[in-house]
Amino acid sequence: MVNKATEMKSMTVEHAKPASNFIKVVAAVVWKDLRAELRSRELFSAMLVFSLLIILIFNFALELDIKTRQSVTAGVLWATFAFAGTLGLNRSMAIEKDRGCLDGLLLAPVDRSAIYFGKVISNLAFMLMVEIIVLPIYSVLYTVNLFQPGLLLVILLGSIGYVAVGTLLSAMSVQTRTRDILLPILLFPVVIPVLLAAVKASNGFLAGAELADILLPINLLIAYDIIFIAVAFMVFDNVVEE
Amino acid sequence: MIIVKKLVKRFGLKTVLRGVDFEVQPGEFVALLGPNGAGKTTFLRILASLSRPTLGEVNIAGYKLPNQASQVRSRLGVVSHLPLLYGDLTAEENLRFYGRMYGITALDALITEVLEMVGLEARRHDLVRTFSRGMQQRLTIGRAVLHDPDVVLFDEPYTGLDQDASSMLDEVLKTVAAKGRTVVMTSHDLVHAEDLATRFDILSHGVIAASASRKELKRTNLLSFYKQALAA
Repeated sequence: MVNKATEMKSMTVEHAKPASNFIKVVAAVVWKDLRAELRSRELFSAMLVFSLLIILIFNFALELDIKTRQSVTAGVLWATFAFAGTLGLNRSMAIEKDRGCLDGLLLAPVDRSAIYFGKVISNLAFMLMVEIIVLPIYSVLYTVNLFQPGLLLVILLGSIGYVAVGTLLSAMSVQTRTRDILLPILLFPVVIPVLLAAVKASNGFLAGAELADILLPINLLIAYDIIFIAVAFMVFDNVVEE
Repeated sequence: MIIVKKLVKRFGLKTVLRGVDFEVQPGEFVALLGPNGAGKTTFLRILASLSRPTLGEVNIAGYKLPNQASQVRSRLGVVSHLPLLYGDLTAEENLRFYGRMYGITALDALITEVLEMVGLEARRHDLVRTFSRGMQQRLTIGRAVLHDPDVVLFDEPYTGLDQDASSMLDEVLKTVAAKGRTVVMTSHDLVHAEDLATRFDILSHGVIAASASRKELKRTNLLSFYKQALAA
């Protein structure tokens, strides 16, 4: 083993240009998260099972007629996504922390916001995968057609805002002993504007409202997404620093 | 290679490091010894740019911390008592991921070379979670030297290893040092430290209480030097 090593050729390590490095680091973090999740499936399966349980519980607990079901759909959907999302965000950052991998990431000579964007993209991918499975099941259980392009756009925008702020706060809460309970306590008050705008826009599409009436919550969602991503981009380095 | 002047680190009201002065020449292997709670890990985390100093100056390879942290990180390899590896990735995938994080382009040959160095070539496609603690620690060292750093920091690398794994780790550490790298290793394992290091510094109550080179230690043994330093 080591004899070979002592004779080791002087390693000529070639480094990529810094400009292209940002995107490569984002891609590396996403690749790593998806690859590990593909093997363990612990994060995705926990989120999915939890989501399905929530919509089932609401379905049996509310026992609503078809018309009322439509009116509560947006609220039930976003409550489901928010709770399941918290579970995923917590687990995603706990995986980094438990074996010291977060230190491994922070030791790399890269812009730390690239690590943040990598985590956001992979967390968003997990959340969207869960939503893709939950939506048809919800449609069948509640006899509501959720496959409307407008509604799908709202779900995408809402998920981006939720994950953007959730990834930042999970990086903060994972450093504490009470990380499992701290994340929802920190996250839900901050993400309320996103959830309110998402519920309002979703309700509008489900009720068949005019686009002009739904435009305000959609614009709000876009604005919140941009603000949250910009703030996280600026403060992530300080959040993860000890 | 490493110059630390009057380093102070406080956590709230608790002062962990109380004005540490520390200097390491290129190619030196320094064992930083001390009892639990002496501040060894805190000191190493500051050198690794994972923690900011409260006061004082830290200069590594000509770059100042924390302002030039990115330049320092590219010249630094760190091994802690945690593996810093993903259990659901294979040995090769872990090295590939960290290689990308360091912007290394020609990775394939380098990964093979590093896996051979740490004796894990045959297990390159196995998931890290199936590795023993000793194997994980060797892969951790492989990860730390993948980008060919000038300085390598080891934080209690022998924690949780049995006799065989410790002996194998000894060999790997010698290999890492043999390339002319500057090495700082914290430990309370005097036997391994005595075998490997060229200089011994004792950290006690947040300051360097004593320092001696291997040459100077010939007059006495490391254990009595260590005990004297702690008693002073």
